[in-house]
Amino acid sequence: MSTVLSLTDLAVELGPKTARRQVVRGVTLDLVAGQIQGLAGESGSGKTVTAMAVLGLLPGSATVSGSVRMGTTELTTLRKRELNRVRGRRIAMIFQDPSASLHPQLSIGAQLTDHVRHHLGMKRKEARGRAAELLDRVKVPDPESALNRYPHQFSGGQRQRIAIAMALACEPEVLLADEPTTALDVTVQAGILHLLRDLVDERNLAVLLVTHDLGVMSAVADDVAVMRHGRLVESGARRQMFTDPQHPYTRQLLEAMPDAQESEIL
Amino acid sequence: MPTATKAARSRSTGSALPRYLLRRLGTSIVLLFGVTLVTFVLTALVPGDPIAAALGEGAIQNEATVEAYRERYGMDRSLPERYLLYLLALVQGDLGTSIRTSRPVLEELSTALPATVEVAFAAIVVSLAVALVLGTIAACRAGKVSDQVVRVVSLVGLSVPTFWLAIMVYRLFFMQLGWAPGSGRLSPALNPPPRITGLYLVDFALDGDPVGFIDAAAHLVLPVVVLSLFTIGLLTRFIRSSVLEVLSTDYVRAARAKGLSSRRVIVGYLLRGASLPILTMVGVAFGALLSGTVLVEAVFAWPGLGTYAYYAAINLDLPAVMGVGLVVGVIYVVINLVVDLLYGVLDPRVRLG
Repeated sequence: MSTVLSLTDLAVELGPKTARRQVVRGVTLDLVAGQIQGLAGESGSGKTVTAMAVLGLLPGSATVSGSVRMGTTELTTLRKRELNRVRGRRIAMIFQDPSASLHPQLSIGAQLTDHVRHHLGMKRKEARGRAAELLDRVKVPDPESALNRYPHQFSGGQRQRIAIAMALACEPEVLLADEPTTALDVTVQAGILHLLRDLVDERNLAVLLVTHDLGVMSAVADDVAVMRHGRLVESGARRQMFTDPQHPYTRQLLEAMPDAQESEIL
Repeated sequence: MPTATKAARSRSTGSALPRYLLRRLGTSIVLLFGVTLVTFVLTALVPGDPIAAALGEGAIQNEATVEAYRERYGMDRSLPERYLLYLLALVQGDLGTSIRTSRPVLEELSTALPATVEVAFAAIVVSLAVALVLGTIAACRAGKVSDQVVRVVSLVGLSVPTFWLAIMVYRLFFMQLGWAPGSGRLSPALNPPPRITGLYLVDFALDGDPVGFIDAAAHLVLPVVVLSLFTIGLLTRFIRSSVLEVLSTDYVRAARAKGLSSRRVIVGYLLRGASLPILTMVGVAFGALLSGTVLVEAVFAWPGLGTYAYYAAINLDLPAVMGVGLVVGVIYVVINLVVDLLYGVLDPRVRLG
């Protein structure tokens, strides 16, 4: 059990000067190699903002305080240039809607290789070879020809697989997954979650899985943290959280969840 | 079975661009027909008596002269007949003979058009380059001081009347400061380059004549400055809003999350994403530049399409007016075709869809 990324007392303020709002208030979390840390909560609870804050992807007007530590590096105070060496390389991210997060005018090959060439200094051919391997690993059929195709030529589930391949291309230690299955069909969701779980085990990835869907959470997360109004109300191992929730809000969330979803998904 | 579908897919991908191209070309030919019809009808309906204008007060009294004249220019026939004759001549590259100068309209247009194309093309290139920088800066720093400055500058560009600006620039930079030449395409001491494209810069370059090239470039400076200012204002505002829209997309955020440098994100993801609407606007602006240079050409004595159209109109020189109308129509059709083709190049969804 080695902690890869630590958030300590992370707080984020957003909005115009006159209507400043604290959307994340003192979040403390550790991401551990080979484990999926779930972050649950309803819309607007601050879970996505927490993930964005890790990579410094919030708008310039946001103020981030507290600490995001990776080894000996404090990420919140890094300059842009140094932060860019962490982004994509050591910490990667996948987004909710893969049809929006892949550039519609760029070929899959271009999008899967530009950061590899940038970060690892690979030549085009070498980077494409690696991209094809990754596509094969995430089970995109016919990877070689997929590289020459464009996002609109793939289904939603395949696009998310491609986005995962893109995130893993530089072999990051941490993966931030922001609602990675929310935009997908239920039948496709299970496949993506399986893939995610397999990749975590095989690459010893530390994952922050942001989702409002407790079914997804119960299917793959090792630990679960619950957020409400920008605060963590409860966190702990998945089993304990689902069988013996302490906080009334967690209990409320669990009661709202359709029965037996846990067993259905995996 | 899977190999068959795969082959079919790669075949369809391979031939998609040419097929798209052919479809667009077909549309353009239909459009060109429309253009000829519109120019013809509009010119035929125009009020005023071209015969009187051409013959003058004395000769118009003589019925035989008028009759001979009408017959010579085919004006004694019915409109549909005249249209067919016009089309027939057009196909053979005959745009008629100018009533004012008695020279073939095609020949006159072929010297006037390149002059305008040269100045308009230079203006659109300069405008696009400046507007891309200003518009992107303004969008990326929306709400900050640099954004406000850019917005004011582009508003000024849009509001200053072009004829006034032309006169001011002419007086200041040519007459008073003498920084750049202010009339014609070339200094009187120089001979035009051997005609290849009709664009002096290109022809001088092909001829390997640096003196002529520099002189022609210097003559372009002031008209291009004047023409660019409005276009810069227009494009800057448009690019700012297009970029702003793309700025909040997930794919730009994803590109940032990949750790690419700001420049790569802006050029490779942001501007590429905004490229289609920008391209459309550039096409419109270029068309407007080509067909709207009359005032600027007048101030800088530029022997282009605007000047030619002006003289054709005030003399009721109908073949020449029709020629100009046709050329302007063709310009728009060609620009639209090029824009459509570039759409196909820039966006795989258009090309393959």
